[in-house]
Amino acid sequence: MGLTRRTWLKTGIAGGLLLAGAWAFHKPLDRLAKRGLVAQAPLDGALRLVVPALVPVLLAGMLPEAAGERQAAIRQATDGVATAVAALSAATQQEVSELFALLALPPTRIAVARLSVPWPEASEAQVRAFLDGWRGSSLALLQSGYQALHDLVLGAWYADPAHWGVIGYPGPPEVPRPS
Amino acid sequence: MINDPYREGAARGWRLVDAARLERDVEAEADVIVLGSGAGGGIAAEVLAKSGLRVAIVEEGPLRSTPDFRMREADAYPQLYQESAARKTADKAINILQGRCVGGSTTVNWTSSFRTPPDTLAFWRSHFGLDDYSPEALLPWFEMVERRLGIHEWNGVPNLNNETLRSGGQALGIEVSGMRRNVRGCWNLGYCGMGCPTNAKQSMLLTTIPSALEQGATLYSHLRAERLIVEGDQVRGVDCVAMEPAGVHPRALRVRLRARHVVLAAGAIGSPALLLRSGLPDPAQRVGRRTFLHPVALSAAVMPQVVAGHAGAPQSLYSDHYLHRDPIDGPVGFKLESAPLHPVLFGTTLQGYGEAHAGLMREFPHAQVLLALLRDGFHEASPGGTVQLRDDGTPVLDYPLNDYLFDGMRRALQAMAEIQFAAGARSVIPVHEAGLRWSSLAEARAGIATLLLQPLALRVVSAHVMGGCAMGKDAAQSVVDPRGRHHRVRGLTVADGSLFPTSIGANPQESVYAIVARNVSALAAELTGRPAAPIA
Repeated sequence: MGLTRRTWLKTGIAGGLLLAGAWAFHKPLDRLAKRGLVAQAPLDGALRLVVPALVPVLLAGMLPEAAGERQAAIRQATDGVATAVAALSAATQQEVSELFALLALPPTRIAVARLSVPWPEASEAQVRAFLDGWRGSSLALLQSGYQALHDLVLGAWYADPAHWGVIGYPGPPEVPRPS
Repeated sequence: MINDPYREGAARGWRLVDAARLERDVEAEADVIVLGSGAGGGIAAEVLAKSGLRVAIVEEGPLRSTPDFRMREADAYPQLYQESAARKTADKAINILQGRCVGGSTTVNWTSSFRTPPDTLAFWRSHFGLDDYSPEALLPWFEMVERRLGIHEWNGVPNLNNETLRSGGQALGIEVSGMRRNVRGCWNLGYCGMGCPTNAKQSMLLTTIPSALEQGATLYSHLRAERLIVEGDQVRGVDCVAMEPAGVHPRALRVRLRARHVVLAAGAIGSPALLLRSGLPDPAQRVGRRTFLHPVALSAAVMPQVVAGHAGAPQSLYSDHYLHRDPIDGPVGFKLESAPLHPVLFGTTLQGYGEAHAGLMREFPHAQVLLALLRDGFHEASPGGTVQLRDDGTPVLDYPLNDYLFDGMRRALQAMAEIQFAAGARSVIPVHEAGLRWSSLAEARAGIATLLLQPLALRVVSAHVMGGCAMGKDAAQSVVDPRGRHHRVRGLTVADGSLFPTSIGANPQESVYAIVARNVSALAAELTGRPAAPIA
């Protein structure tokens, strides 16, 4: 993967999340998709590879303990992120798509996310190290990548009425609907 | 009984065109096209339609009305906000809340209403040749829009989220005042930001747009204005593209509207973007420049009592104490208000994750949030941002935060922590990636003093986009004249917050209403040859 520090920085200065990565990441991702390694739609496949590993760490203290419920909650949170992404502007969807592609593809996952194992095998400590690394990075691009993941996962979680009770939010009041 | 004015209006023959449902290209003509249906477009549409002109209103967002407002963030943000409430500046350091639906930001704002502050107007007169912009000259227009939109000193009881500002301020000798709001018969629910479900908020959606429709105006929703049609130096209309129902992608279907005059009211990011896409002459490169945001710093607190910041009028009290400490062109001043709390907005804005984040979320009922909005644009170190176009023609605002603004942010974080502790806060958490939970003022003071303030570390938000098509006497310094008429082409009037040559220094909706009412009344008189109809 020809991602040098210099092009990375240039991309960052250009402002968008991985503008230059659009072609660089989508092509190999398409190849992986063709070999059945990720789901057919590139964004959806990458998202569903990465987000389930992030959820238990970003939402530690909120997820149910029992294994079955926990898995269901992670699946729902992942669906929620996919829904949230689909509502973003076309330009932002493109950027988010590049972000997930970068995280999903092994060469960039290792080089930029500093994660040596595939996402489904990553320990919570490894995921935490990734998140903290990007959050505290001196590169604006990585910081904004962390914040995008933060906002998407936490936003999707707290959008779900099932998660309101535990935080003491009663939900909206009853108002008679116009007939 | 709560009614749905649009359902009833449609039954009476209102001309409502949802471009997402069009089956073929459309060409149509009007006297005046109004681009945008927010604070500026709404007022303009009513003034023009009541004055007897045939008006076409173009809105990129959807038409959503009373029954759609279910007070859920998951519905409201994707449907009613620009970019799903996740619009960001180019470096992603500022999150911008801006409406995109019929009624624009007035459908989702928190109803806070202020006349343009006299010191702001004085600055405009002395620096931009806006001689007619005095409190006296604008007074009849403020009074007119206040009558029209029910703007009055709200007599409800402030919720504890707001009351914290008052009690903390009182303990410190800081003046805190009651807000004026554009509501009639407010139920005090607290969901203004998701569309008013009770028809209490006097938004453009509920007031001026229905009135214009009643006069025979046509409302196009899901229709994106792409570029102006210009022949010689005369604007003749606008080329538009229909949007898909979800509002994310354009369809392969076009609408061409022709008119004698175009009123541009697409907001302070959308309006300059349309001018840039249209390639109008701009020799001094002023279009999109000096775009202001009132950048906001936030301070969260955990109070001993239940605050329930989701319930009750979102904003009912404010303090201008820190706006008046220094000269307007000195160190940046800030206005203090409260921010309503809902799970998604709070959960995403609050920094951190895992146990620390979850712990604070569990204290959601006790959470209180103050905000400080910085009065940008009055100092040479505060030139604002620049609206640019992406490859796909959509706009993005490049707004670099700098040390001048960070100095104000730091003072604001200190001031807010002081007020929150004075009101009895158990702990205070500045909204910053390195912000810790401080349990005493001394700790907070020391902590805030050493916080590294830089883009993305401090989580900055904005709900007020202003400027970018600045008005002024000097064509080399501005885009439009003091009446909003474009300096270089005929048939084009800008009528929204993009006119402002600086930020306002207060929530801007009433400034937009009054200034547009005056300018567009003059336009209506010119187009019809008789005085414009008053709207109240």
